[in-house]
Amino acid sequence: MTEPSTAEPVILAEGVSAGFDDRVLFRDVTFDVRRGEVFVILGGSGCGKSTLLKLMIGLVPPRAGRITILDTEVWATEGRARLELLRRIGVMWQQGALFGSQTLLENVEMPLAEHTGLPPAARTEVARAKLGLVGLSEAANRLPSEVSGGMLKRAGIARALALDPPILFLDEPSAGLDPITSAGLDELIRDLSRSLGTTFVVVTHELASILAIGDRCIMLDREAKGMIAQGDPRELRDHSTHPTVRAFFRREAA
Amino acid sequence: MAAPATTEGLETRQEANARVLALTGRLDTPAAAQLWPKVMAEAAGGPAVLDVAGLTALDTTGATLLLAAEGAGKDNTIRGASPQVKAVLDRVRDALAAPRPKPEPRLPILARIGMATWNLGGAMLGGVAFLGELTVTLLLSLLRPARLRFREILRHLDEAGTRAFPLTILLGFLLGVILAFQSAIPLRRFGAEIFVPNLVGISLMRELGPLMAGVILAGRTGSAYAAELGTMSVNEEVAALRIMGIDPMALLVLPRVLAGMLVMPVLSLLLTLAGLAGMAMIMGVLGFPLSTVTTQLASMVTLSDLLGGLLKAAIFGLAIAGIGCHAGLGAGRGPRAVGDAATTAVVGGIVSIILLDGIFAVAYERLGL
Repeated sequence: MTEPSTAEPVILAEGVSAGFDDRVLFRDVTFDVRRGEVFVILGGSGCGKSTLLKLMIGLVPPRAGRITILDTEVWATEGRARLELLRRIGVMWQQGALFGSQTLLENVEMPLAEHTGLPPAARTEVARAKLGLVGLSEAANRLPSEVSGGMLKRAGIARALALDPPILFLDEPSAGLDPITSAGLDELIRDLSRSLGTTFVVVTHELASILAIGDRCIMLDREAKGMIAQGDPRELRDHSTHPTVRAFFRREAA
Repeated sequence: MAAPATTEGLETRQEANARVLALTGRLDTPAAAQLWPKVMAEAAGGPAVLDVAGLTALDTTGATLLLAAEGAGKDNTIRGASPQVKAVLDRVRDALAAPRPKPEPRLPILARIGMATWNLGGAMLGGVAFLGELTVTLLLSLLRPARLRFREILRHLDEAGTRAFPLTILLGFLLGVILAFQSAIPLRRFGAEIFVPNLVGISLMRELGPLMAGVILAGRTGSAYAAELGTMSVNEEVAALRIMGIDPMALLVLPRVLAGMLVMPVLSLLLTLAGLAGMAMIMGVLGFPLSTVTTQLASMVTLSDLLGGLLKAAIFGLAIAGIGCHAGLGAGRGPRAVGDAATTAVVGGIVSIILLDGIFAVAYERLGL
């Protein structure tokens, strides 16, 4: 794998603003995500980090600015080109968003059946491999309601991996998990990033997680209505002079 | 094989004592999907060497194909993997080596019948227990009426009752029109059209009014109760109530059941009246003045016909609302549970009113009503 800091950008956000009705969430956010890195979007509750994620995957339109993923501008493409782009990204939703009436294996098989010409037996084999990648081989035939929260998130990652997208978006992977399960998930993210070279964009406010997985990060702030820091999370923890950034990393009330 | 055969990304040739499958370019998901049958067919034949030196990219689906091909024949091997290709291959090899779920043991047929019977018995017992709990709650509330939640009852009366009025009137009117029209045809052959009001009046008041109102209540309200309470139990709101020492029976079920009981006679009466109006209209079309119709009606139907129908309607309301709430509170987990609860409520509600109607028919007959 190439060194993240010198790798080419796969996502470019230029002067992006977002908000609802007359409320501005953030203004003029600019950053890039480079191939193969684990990029973390962090910030306190209500700063708009989940909205930024939805903006990048094309669910919510930006008020201003441009987002380019793999040389395709997200909000300027339609029809086939957009579908093509969506096939090259995977999303793990905060609650897993698995289909409750299907087993974990069937959940992972669904995008394969929809978007590839794999023969049925091969499809099952590939879906088993994806579940194996996230350590869920034995739970393949269980329903989402029958597995724990940590397993749900792993299954969510397996489904997001179904079409082997070069970029994976994870929304709050550690939310609602105990520290041990959460650390296991961090381990998995690092492992997949290392062995498959997948680029990860992770939205989180879990401090331990940020420091464990993040190659680079940006921090959004609700008060400042924008980005207040960018860089290596360990650098930010040790050297940032911004009071909110310092408070965040030291777990102090700002 | 004599000459090397090539398809996009795959070249097959014969070396000393093995077939060589040389894969080139990107072996990603689309390529793997295309090559899967061919590669597997070639690899199954015997000793095969999968040469991956020419691969520029490999994803996990491609790796699954390579590993499946490697396992498809004895002495199959993979060679020439670059470090990146090897990393993906090793990772997927680990993933596929993990233990798989054991197939669920299938019970013998006798045991399955026994289990189904046991579950059915349990469900019936649960229904009886629910009815008992509901009765106790109702009696306790009657002793202390201040604890009845009148605002809740009013809200449910509105939702189950007033909002169902337009539908009830429409259905009742059309029912009356259809009944009058259909019964007029055979009666005309005997010159007995004058008896259409007797026929339609009796069947609406005693049977069809309560039954059709019950179908409306089951479809509109029974399913809504099941969905609402089902969502609440899936979200653990019902458990939260219990822990706070608030009886969900008194807070959630009782107002709904009372509303169902109170609203059904009204709906039934409304449906009957609308039906009679529809019948009167058809009679008018057939040339009978309104006064003839009312005289005929008054000569045939008695107050006990109407009251018997209304009593029946109240009991139907109790059954429908009770079954809806029971289905909702008993909902399992997951998004399907709520849908299942709503289905159970509607089916159970309609079946129960038809069963009850049969019981009422026998009882009224014995009592000479």
